[in-house]
Amino acid sequence: MAENTLMNNELQIVVFKLGREDYGISILQVQEIKRLTDITRVPHAPDYITGVINLRGSVLPVIDLKKRLDLPAGDYMDSTRIVIVKVEDIIVGMIVDAVLEVTTLNTDSIEPPQTVVSGVNAQYLDGVGKLDDRLLILLNLETIIGVATEAVKA
Amino acid sequence: MDVNQYMGMFLEESREHLQALNRCLLDLENDPRNLPLLDEIFRSAHTIKGMSATMGFTAVAELTHEMENILDLLRKGQLPASNSILDILFKCVDTLEQLIEAIAGGNELNVDIKPLIKTLTLLATGQDASPAQSEPAAVTVAGTVEGSDLVLDDTEIKVIKAANNQGIRAFEVKVELRSGCLLKSARVYMVMNALDQLGDVIKTVPPAEELEKENFGLEFSAIILTDSDPDKISHAILSISEVDAAVATQINLPESPLSTADTPATAIALPTEVIVPEAGPNTAGAPMGEPTVATADKKPKGGQSVRVDIDKLDSLLNLVGELVINKTRLEQIGLSHKLTDLVETIEQMDRVTTDLQTVVMKVRMVPVGQVFNRFPRMVRDLSRDLHKEINLIIQGEETELDRTVIDEIGDPLVHLLRNAIDHGIESPQTRKSNGKNPVGEIRLIARHEGNNVIIMVEDDGGGIDADVIKKIAVEKGLITQAESDKMENAEAVRLVFVPGFSTAKVVSDVSGRGVGMDAVRTKIESLGGMVDVETKINEGSRFKIRLPLTLAIIQALLVNVDKEIYAIPLGSIDSTINISSGDIKTIQNQEVILLRGQIIPIVRLAKTLNICQACNDDQEELFVTIVHMGEQKAGVIVDNLIGQQEIVIKSLGKLLAGIKVIAGATILGNGQVALILDVGSLMQVKG
Repeated sequence: MAENTLMNNELQIVVFKLGREDYGISILQVQEIKRLTDITRVPHAPDYITGVINLRGSVLPVIDLKKRLDLPAGDYMDSTRIVIVKVEDIIVGMIVDAVLEVTTLNTDSIEPPQTVVSGVNAQYLDGVGKLDDRLLILLNLETIIGVATEAVKA
Repeated sequence: MDVNQYMGMFLEESREHLQALNRCLLDLENDPRNLPLLDEIFRSAHTIKGMSATMGFTAVAELTHEMENILDLLRKGQLPASNSILDILFKCVDTLEQLIEAIAGGNELNVDIKPLIKTLTLLATGQDASPAQSEPAAVTVAGTVEGSDLVLDDTEIKVIKAANNQGIRAFEVKVELRSGCLLKSARVYMVMNALDQLGDVIKTVPPAEELEKENFGLEFSAIILTDSDPDKISHAILSISEVDAAVATQINLPESPLSTADTPATAIALPTEVIVPEAGPNTAGAPMGEPTVATADKKPKGGQSVRVDIDKLDSLLNLVGELVINKTRLEQIGLSHKLTDLVETIEQMDRVTTDLQTVVMKVRMVPVGQVFNRFPRMVRDLSRDLHKEINLIIQGEETELDRTVIDEIGDPLVHLLRNAIDHGIESPQTRKSNGKNPVGEIRLIARHEGNNVIIMVEDDGGGIDADVIKKIAVEKGLITQAESDKMENAEAVRLVFVPGFSTAKVVSDVSGRGVGMDAVRTKIESLGGMVDVETKINEGSRFKIRLPLTLAIIQALLVNVDKEIYAIPLGSIDSTINISSGDIKTIQNQEVILLRGQIIPIVRLAKTLNICQACNDDQEELFVTIVHMGEQKAGVIVDNLIGQQEIVIKSLGKLLAGIKVIAGATILGNGQVALILDVGSLMQVKG
């Protein structure tokens, strides 16, 4: 019982892999996780937008998260997934190398982002969470997706 | 009572009635002695008054009430329907509009109605010496119970009289609640309910809203029209708990000067027919909160209808779209697996979905009259300001268009009409000296043409001078002098739609045309339509807008480029042809082909869409789709034509909103997403 009751200072995090690092986003922003499907390329779109997919009748843009974060690119694998997230009223898919688990993180164990963590620009980060001996890089989806909007406009 | 749930209905109906008021007042201006029109105006004003009182918007109620007084005088012929009075009434309608919009925006008190009310009161009293006719000096009825402060206005007196004529008596019912009564408003509600079962309650003291807010001591009274006797009334009320006393006293109207003022015909016919059925719901109905009742008898014609939230219709349309997609998918499965049974069943399903789609589309259709309705008023005001005489003729307002199109089409039309009034129609003097009727004519015409709706704005004014247009275009550097010399007049006039032509005010002063015409064109084209202009000097101009019936589901041609599939809206396709690579010539670095004597620029999709740079350069035979946008044409080179298909347009979402060349996306039968090409921006890119 006690395990299921979340304290106020605890966050549920979806943990996924990009390259060799573990990243996390709040479970509240995740709508679903899909296997890789056909992605239709959109000409003239920013290069980190891989294309659009059909999610049960609606058309969603898909972001290559590694490209977005300026991480070294890699091939798609069996474990590659599309994480569908909702930020404000925008729904997008993000391609990740693998989805690992859902875990609970105490807010006390989150440290503010340093300028650069593993090559990722700090504006895309919410902080770094410590989980036992692992480090979770927590992403700020608002800037990742919000800045994307501006990029298209410009 | 929670009025919020009625808010949407209140706003919508108020707007409808305001529109009706505007329309009727305009008609009345042309035909001041038209009594049925006055009745209609009165009814609309009355309905607004009733609704707003019920909703607690006192400013609106107060203003309409004063308006009613004037209207009543007009109706009785005691006040002529002169222009000055109509102007005041128009002003009232405008103010009401402001009030209603302020309410919609959530702040009621921003509009000051006092000056207007004062004008109205002055008008009412100034024109008519008899105090009985105007609300501020209401008649105190003689013969009321002692201690009663019962005041009746003339409408109420008329109602009572009319009732008396039919053998129905009016009673004042005084009710006293037990001291310490906890839920006074609930008791009031029960009393009103009981009274309603016996007859029609036409007034309460204090008014219904006050009763509801429990702004009274222990006593209140109501006037009821009934054929029951007083004992029965008091008995019915006393049976309600926590009521201490209930006394019903008959109201005997004095022989007031009012009766002499009224012609017998209005005294009997009007109050019984018009006022009685509405006065009930509006005053007595207040506690029950039924703003719709008053309008029930407002629309004598027209079948039954249901108001539906547009969002629900949108999601219905979406679902039908899904159905169409899945149907196409089944079709493909049936064909590729050669399942005859399945194919047959799908054919049947096809018919059903097609019907379903048509029905849903029809449900979303609204007559353009909804937009056109506000134009007579605009034309009237504008022509007055500019001292021009203009006759607006509207045709085909019953033509239906998709709701989304209707919402967007208003502004461009306003633009075109303003232009026609401001610059198209000449001043009466000029017209006379040119041998024309001094009264200008503007025609606003809507009609169906195939899968399109045509809306035309025609004026019989001075027309557009192509030479002036050319001159300005050259000055602005939009075309060269050489181009201008070669240009035909019809083509030159179209320059008004070119962006950059019409930004400066000076242009409109010199040429008399073109304020924001490119904005009009952009809007129309964003709706998938097009706009064109024809003009003849001294005879007038005609702006022709062509719009698709709907925006959501379209016919499209699917084409292949490399491995990608794109959809081109069939509406913008002229033809598809086969050419050999030798047919392509180069003029000024632009690839073109010659088709039936016309030079058509070439767009290589593979290049424009960054698929590959030299894909079909060495290909001997090429597929070219000839597309057009307005008068412009282009040939689009594709790898393969897949076929024609019905597609459901989906937006790409905010994240990809700014992308050029792509208008949207659709989902194919196999679940794959195909992008829809934006022919307009494709032309701008060219080779």
